[in-house]
This record gives sequence, C-alpha cells and structure tokens, in this order.
Amino acid sequence: MTMLIPGIGLIIAFMLVPFFYSLWLSTHVEIVGSTIPVRSVGLEFYRHLFKDPIFRGVFLKSLQNNAIFALIVVPLQTGLAMFLAILVNRSGAFVKFCRTTFFLPVVFPMVLTSLIWKAILAPGPDGMLNAILHAVTFGHFTPQYWLGNVHLALPSIILLSIWQGTGFQMVIFLAGLQGIPTSHYEAALIDGANRWQLFRDVTFPGLRNTTIFVVMVTTIFSLRVFDQIYLLTQGGPLNATSSVMYLAVSQAYEANNVGQGAAISVVLCFIILLMSLIQRQVLKERVD
Amino acid sequence: MSKQPSTATIRRRRLLGNRPWGVYALLLFFMVLFLFPVYYLILGSFESPSQTLNGLHGAVPTSLTLQNYHTLSQTFFSAQITGSLKGFYTVSTLVSLLVVGGGLIVNSLAGYGLARLKFKGRRLLLLLVIVLVIIPFEAIAVPLYYMLSGLRNTLIVQALPFIGSAFSIYLFYTFFLNLPPQLEEAARIDGAGPWRTFLQIILPNAKPAFASVAILSFIQIWSSYLWPLMMTSQPNVYPLSIAIGNLVKQQSTPNYGEMFAFGVLLVVPMAIFFIVFQRWFIRSVASLAVKG
Repeated sequence: MTMLIPGIGLIIAFMLVPFFYSLWLSTHVEIVGSTIPVRSVGLEFYRHLFKDPIFRGVFLKSLQNNAIFALIVVPLQTGLAMFLAILVNRSGAFVKFCRTTFFLPVVFPMVLTSLIWKAILAPGPDGMLNAILHAVTFGHFTPQYWLGNVHLALPSIILLSIWQGTGFQMVIFLAGLQGIPTSHYEAALIDGANRWQLFRDVTFPGLRNTTIFVVMVTTIFSLRVFDQIYLLTQGGPLNATSSVMYLAVSQAYEANNVGQGAAISVVLCFIILLMSLIQRQVLKERVD
Repeated sequence: MSKQPSTATIRRRRLLGNRPWGVYALLLFFMVLFLFPVYYLILGSFESPSQTLNGLHGAVPTSLTLQNYHTLSQTFFSAQITGSLKGFYTVSTLVSLLVVGGGLIVNSLAGYGLARLKFKGRRLLLLLVIVLVIIPFEAIAVPLYYMLSGLRNTLIVQALPFIGSAFSIYLFYTFFLNLPPQLEEAARIDGAGPWRTFLQIILPNAKPAFASVAILSFIQIWSSYLWPLMMTSQPNVYPLSIAIGNLVKQQSTPNYGEMFAFGVLLVVPMAIFFIVFQRWFIRSVASLAVKG
C-alpha cells in the first residue's frame, strides 16, 4: 500500500483537489491581497458566461473558435496522419528518412513552432508564405496579413498546429497498421481486391479503434489550445482566434477575475469529460 | 529459410510495385512541406534578419554568418536584467530532471501497486486514475495557480504538478498488468515482499515502459509553456520556453536571426535525443494506442 501513496497522493493533490477547488472558486468572489471577506455568489459566474450581454459574446465566440478548430483539425489531421502512416509503412532508407521528417515537429515545443511560423506568416510581400504563393500563382496572389486578418488568423493557427501535431498521430496509426495481420491482406489479395478495396475492406476496418482513439485525443487537444494563440495573436483580431482556454487564462491571470476563469475551466472540464464518455460508448458498441 | 513467395505476395508486389514511384513522389512532396519550416529555422539562424524576411530569397543561403550565435554566446554567462541563456538552460534542465526522474519513481510504484496488490478500494483508485487521465492540465491550471501562488518564482513549483501523473501511472499499470505473473511467483515463494519483488524482479523487466514514460514526459515538460508563464515573473527562474516566448510576443520589429538561433538552441538537446533514440521515441508514442 505504501507504494501507492506518493503517486496517488500527488495526483490527488495536484489534479483532483484543484478540480474541486475550481468548483469552489467559481462560486465565490475573492479579491486577492485584499481584506474584503470572501463572498459566495452562487452560479453568478456561470450566468455571466451565457447571459451577460458583453461577456457572453466573447465566451460564445471562443467556444465557436474551438469548435471550428476541432471541426477542421480533427478530420484533416487524422486523415493526413493516416495517409502518411500508410505511405511510410514500408521499408527503405528514403521512407525511413521521411518517417523521421514527419515526426520531427513533435519534438518542437509550441513556442518554437510559433516563432518559426510567425516569420513564415509575416505580412507583406517579404513574408515567406506570401512570397511562395505569389510565385506559384505567377504574381496573381495579393500578399495577406495572415495573423492580422479576421478571416485568415484562425486558419493560420490551424495550419501551424497541424504541422506540429500530425507526426504524433502518424506514429499511432503506424502502430495500428502493424497490428493488422498480414493474413487479412493476403486473403483479400487472393480474392482479387484492388488497392482501394484493400484499403476499404482491410486497412480502414483494422484501424477502427486506433482512429477513434486518435480522433478523441485530437478533439481534446483542440479544446485545450492555448500556447500558439497567446504567443501569436492574443486572441485577436477582434476575438477571431480567442479560445476557451485563452479566455480562462486571460480572465484569471490578466484580468485578475479568478472566479470567472475558474468557471470557464469547470465548463471546459465537463465538455471534455462528456466527450470522453461518448467516445467510450462508441468504442464499446464497435467491439460488441 | 528462403521460401517461394506465396501467390498473394506476388500479386501484392504486382499491385504495389517493388519500387512504388507514385508513393515516393507523394512522400517527397510531404517531406518538403514538413521539412521546410525546419530548414527555414536553421538557415535563418545563420543569417541577418533582413535576409530571413526577404521573400523567396529568405530560403536561399547567401551570406551565412555566425553573428547570431556569437551575440547569444555573449549573453550566455552575463546575468543581466533579461536573464542569461545559461540560467534558462539550467532551469529547464533541472525542472525536466525533477519531473522525469521523480515521475518515474512515484508513477511506476503506483502503477505496480494498482496492477498487482490486492486491497480494498483498488477499483476505486483505478477509476480515479482513469478519470484524471482524461482531464488535461489546462483545465485545472487556473485553480492550481491560486493554490500554489505562494510558491511563485521557484524552481520546485514548475515541476511539482507534473511529477505525479495519472497518465504515466496508467501506462505503467497496463504494462505491469501484461507482465507474466510467474515472474513474481518465485520471488514470493522466497518470501520477498512487494518492495523487494518490485526492485529485483520487476524493474529489470520493465525497461521499455520506463523508457516510454521518460520520453513522453520529457517532451511534455521541456515544451511546457502555460504553467511557467503563470508561475514565473523573474528572469532568474525563466525556463527556455518562457525566454523565447517573450521574444516572440514582442511586436516591434523582431530580430529573427537571433530568435532563430535561440530557437535552434532550444530544440537541439531534444532533437539530438530524438535522433539517437528515435526507435524509442516512436515506440513510446505508439504505446499510447494501447490506451484506447
């Protein structure tokens, strides 16, 4: 029993306790460093999120941004990762080198990824992406202010997030591919399956559980996106890139509104738990 | 051992080709896409900033210089108001050591206990671990910030919340669960308690699990940004990520040359580690799939 105490003790102290503490914080007003007594405000902070005429707009916009982020990143990144995994699931020096290349961004901290892409996405004709697009369209492309344009800022953040994250998923798919017995392929080949049928009838069903897992992980990742937004756009322009997590931190940390930040954290926790429950249900049904 | 290839293998070869040029072309295309930002970073770190932000010319090496690294090396030992590079490295390294080293000890013990010991409440604890695996750190960052605000600007606080990890415990738990119980039978007959069994029998057989957990937690802690952002405000306790992040956030004419050189220095320890232990990195990420 003593073996369990340090590990379990630490996760209770620094994961479970903070979770309950956030429930408490989100129902109380506490002014840090002042003598004004702590006051219970019930569900006031939650009401703000959905009813307050000013705050509601930002919160729903952030929630919407997370949803858009997830709706684009999840299918795109999962699809790309699966595609790349199938491509690199063979031997050869070149293939091996490609595998390394696709995985390499995973060891790049988001801070560094943001730095590189800040330069690539730089506005004006000197920015790398603008220059490339200008060249490949033979001068028909007008340089864009990628991170400063209301319509382009979120897609730009999505682009660099996919660059950084795809390798991780690719490796998980690669493990999934190697778990599909060769005999399944051979049986299909004897039946005269073509390349597409091979994918549809053997590879894709064989990757079903891996896919569900990857989709789930990527969805949760989409809900917690923070670093690149804080570093590159600070939620702007006009909240076009604000995320739930960014809002929670800026409320609690910068606006010194603990209760509001905690309330957003609680909502985030519940969304994530709910989605995990749904995933478990889906997994169970497929296995049965 | 050489066998005649089966009919299926022959058909497969005919279908996919021994040298699938289409696949290679696609791979080359994606390789360029994925490698370009890395190339741009390394090249830019050897150029003056005006060359980096210069349209397509930014991708062509023209006049390479060590100036950026030279400037950085001069700030390496000089603890100015902005902090020294050596300081940032020391903080990042110490925090990573604490999290990876401490984490391996406490989480492997907990994982083993859950997998092998029989006690009341075991299922409840397991359920707790599984629920906590799902909750990402970000979702509890705000309350944690208030809980630990007394420890701001210390080294220990940067590591503390990450040492115990539900995720690592779960990985260890599944690994130990799949170890053959016969391994421990003999030790138990000899009258060894769970501690001795763990140290003498389990540890030597659990190297892959330890490597996986070490690598995954190293990637995570070396890259962490949100937590040190909240908990540090003094340059002498900044980890590398915060030091670079402060440069990235500056809006006024960024000096990409120096920033890129700094970025290279941030990623080099990790990249070397990755290239040397590539097989282990890939295996550790792949081991996540068992979680599903």
